[in-house]
Amino acid sequence: MDRREFIKHIGSAAVATSVVLSACKSGDEKPQPLTGILDGQGEMTYRTNPNTGDKVSILGYGMMRLPVEGGGTFRDHPDANIDQEMVNQQIDYALEHGVNYFDTSPVYCKGLSEHATGIALARHPRNSYYIATKLSNFSPSTWSREASINMFENSLKELQTDYVDYLLLHSIGGTTKDLDSHQLFDTRYMDNGILDWLVEQKNAGRIRNLGFSYHGDVEIFDMLLRWHDEGRYHWDFVQIQMNYVDWHYADEYNTRNTDASYLYNELHRRGIPVVIMEPLLGGRLADQPDYIVKQMKEREPETPVARWAFRYAGTQEGVLVVLSGMTYMEHLVQNVATYSPLRPITPKEDEFLMKIAEEIMELKIVPCTACNYCMPCPYGLNIPAVFGYYNKSITDGAMPAGNREAKEYWEARKRFLIGYDRNIPALRQASHCIGCGHCKPECPQGIDIPTELHRIDDYVEQLKTL
Amino acid sequence: MLRKIRISLQVVTMTLVTLLLLGIGFRVHLWAGWVAKIQFLPALLALNLIPVILLHFWLTYTFGRIYCSVICPLGIMQDFFSWLGGKAKKNRFSYAKENKVLRYGFLGVFALAIIIGFAPVTTLFEPYSAYSRIVNSLFKPLYDLLNNWLASMDAANDRYNFTEVQIWTRSVTTFVVAILTLLILAFLAWRKGRIYCNTICPVGTTLSFISRIPGFGFRVRFDKDKCKNCGMCEKNCKAQAIDFKNGTVDYSRCVVCGDCLDKCKFDALHYTTKKAPSESKPVDTERRAFLVGAAVAGTTAAFAQPQMKVDGGLAAIEDKKAPKRQTPVTPPGSVSARHFEKHCTACQLCVSSCPNNVLRPSTDFMKLMQPVMSFERGYCRPECTRCSEVCPAGAIKPISREEKTTIHVGHAVWIKENCVVLRDGVSCGNCARHCPTGAILMIDHEGPNGTVQVPAVDENKCIGCGACEHLCPARPFSAIYVEGNEMHQIG
Repeated sequence: MDRREFIKHIGSAAVATSVVLSACKSGDEKPQPLTGILDGQGEMTYRTNPNTGDKVSILGYGMMRLPVEGGGTFRDHPDANIDQEMVNQQIDYALEHGVNYFDTSPVYCKGLSEHATGIALARHPRNSYYIATKLSNFSPSTWSREASINMFENSLKELQTDYVDYLLLHSIGGTTKDLDSHQLFDTRYMDNGILDWLVEQKNAGRIRNLGFSYHGDVEIFDMLLRWHDEGRYHWDFVQIQMNYVDWHYADEYNTRNTDASYLYNELHRRGIPVVIMEPLLGGRLADQPDYIVKQMKEREPETPVARWAFRYAGTQEGVLVVLSGMTYMEHLVQNVATYSPLRPITPKEDEFLMKIAEEIMELKIVPCTACNYCMPCPYGLNIPAVFGYYNKSITDGAMPAGNREAKEYWEARKRFLIGYDRNIPALRQASHCIGCGHCKPECPQGIDIPTELHRIDDYVEQLKTL
Repeated sequence: MLRKIRISLQVVTMTLVTLLLLGIGFRVHLWAGWVAKIQFLPALLALNLIPVILLHFWLTYTFGRIYCSVICPLGIMQDFFSWLGGKAKKNRFSYAKENKVLRYGFLGVFALAIIIGFAPVTTLFEPYSAYSRIVNSLFKPLYDLLNNWLASMDAANDRYNFTEVQIWTRSVTTFVVAILTLLILAFLAWRKGRIYCNTICPVGTTLSFISRIPGFGFRVRFDKDKCKNCGMCEKNCKAQAIDFKNGTVDYSRCVVCGDCLDKCKFDALHYTTKKAPSESKPVDTERRAFLVGAAVAGTTAAFAQPQMKVDGGLAAIEDKKAPKRQTPVTPPGSVSARHFEKHCTACQLCVSSCPNNVLRPSTDFMKLMQPVMSFERGYCRPECTRCSEVCPAGAIKPISREEKTTIHVGHAVWIKENCVVLRDGVSCGNCARHCPTGAILMIDHEGPNGTVQVPAVDENKCIGCGACEHLCPARPFSAIYVEGNEMHQIG
């Protein structure tokens, strides 16, 4: 993290951290909830599962980014051990504050998540929480019936329990190099008879709710819901990726994705409870460029940026639980506050977040018609060229977007920056706009030119310093 | 055989050094950077005694002054001119006595210059830097023309391999020095072979102390029984080190080029250890690289770049002029002006590597040709640490991006008279908007037409990156500029 980013983080989290720190210093062992002003004043919000009547906390604990000894997660220290003591503390805090849904998998944390989760949860009465785990038979070595059954039995052993509350077919809709999504689904669940075996386990009470999590080819999602309609299989719940960007733009940045609006509505009209993953879009919705942070802070100065995303994810009534992979106690404390109780997003706020989503997707085209009335800019800028290049990048779908870890993102970034220099000489780019306002009254479209130029400049700067 | 190995290695070294200095992109400093870091004086100044300096001493003791033949780019360049001279006039050399007075006298002067940090002498005579200046001043602009042509082809075909760069003379002094160095050395090498290496060059003299030590080691040795006293070896020794009449070779000056071995028709010269003659290990002579410099020269025609078509008219932009800085700004990682002056050999590698057009050679006599920062064409961007990565002499120590944001190389100074807020009566704040450390605050100021917002610098936060100076709308002189810090402050 460079200094800029660091300063930005400090800025956005200043209020939050100071509350946590002062609470720690006061001698109380557990940090107090972050109150902000608007959240964390009451009890955790619960949703009811219509199948079993479970009262599930809207905040679910995702056990895939557990803290490791030496700080951070396995991503920071791949060879470290899970910090079990910290996991225990955090699970205690979660239970104490009403969180009762814990989501793990045999493959999380290099395969150690279930074990650590089991240790921490076994210290509490079994009926005080719900365990969700998955049949994560991704590897070809686990495709056989025996191996998949072993995987399930081992989950029970690691979790120190004789039943699982929520069991998921892990990530249907994927493909491999050799198998398309249908073939892979058949291989993992149908040809080996595992899906039927899981239904038997459900009938035997070893699984209380059977569902699936979905990423990828929407045909598989549709097929499973058709089976549900036909009565072939009954899905007690389904886990999907949802946040205010994915609601409308999931397929814009990755054609393999499906808009959350479609997924949610398909599930909700069938009365299937929805579990939400990626409410922060891999952390991206917590780490926003300045011009977006500013807009959020102008509405609610005390509200952490991430809270907007969590409130959004929990607002729909068909949502059973929102998962958050909380590594640090501070995340947990903040999320508990967010949902104690949940303050649903109002229609006005929804509109606001949709606008933010547009900006995040860089879909905010500047309505410049290149009439050149604003020109010449006394400071030498080529205003229409800057807007033109920016707009064209958007409409060509050339904006770097989506996963920053992906090669495509870096390719697009390089193209965008090189193209910017090619199209507009450095001395005439947005960075030279001093905001004198000379151009503003000239624009027949009523564009706030300096503000738009500064926004574009911020965006370019942010790309350059990544 | 020895000659062929030598030439093969020369081609490899020269290609790598030249590509590195041209800054051809393709992450060249990652795969060719080592060739600058094994240069003798830069390594010495970087206090890279183990392993580089010890390795060179060992190599010289064992194999003679091969350093001067296959590692030093200036030596290789002289070999090229000497070879041309040999084409014009064959068998033109004869034995000359070692000029000890000049040799040791000059080494003394040079050593003193290093110790007291008198840059004009160290930078002028450091061989690797002399060569790199020639590439940087004379060949790099040609390469950049080629690059820009490729970039325009790329742009026309929607490809993104080459990006356009600015071509500009960073310092007339350095340019002149480079031309003079090239002309003088070409002339000397044409006429007198390795005369420079064996009288002036401080590295050559230093290594000669090692190479003349008798004992075990590969050297060119006479087989008196076979020698027919034809004198061909002496006449072709560009180091003027062979005395065939006495059957001796002055190992303090022999650079192990192998020419004499090839010229001897009687097999009377061998490159052997004292005792057992043995074959040196074979090298793949197929490994021929290509020479870039000459090829580039053919493409000097200016390539007209298609200009952006604009209908609304563009205001003319006056060029920025560099302010007179009381203390020059040196790059982050260079610790202090004193450290920098003492270690920098003015090789210009950082100058040619700087992607933001910030570094250029100083014209100040005491810092002659050593790089300084200035911000007319760009500023020291927060994400860039390129100069600290490439510096072979430890003058700019390696720093990380995070460290860079904590190194205060200078501090910004506001010049009220130039500020457009007061001068033109417009609102601005571009300096504050772009300050990466948030060191510039906009404060109220009572102007002639009421209260306006002008910048104020928080010296504690300012790191001297020059963003404010570069992006200040006032021209030709910015209304805010960076004064260097004599000693960089950390924190």
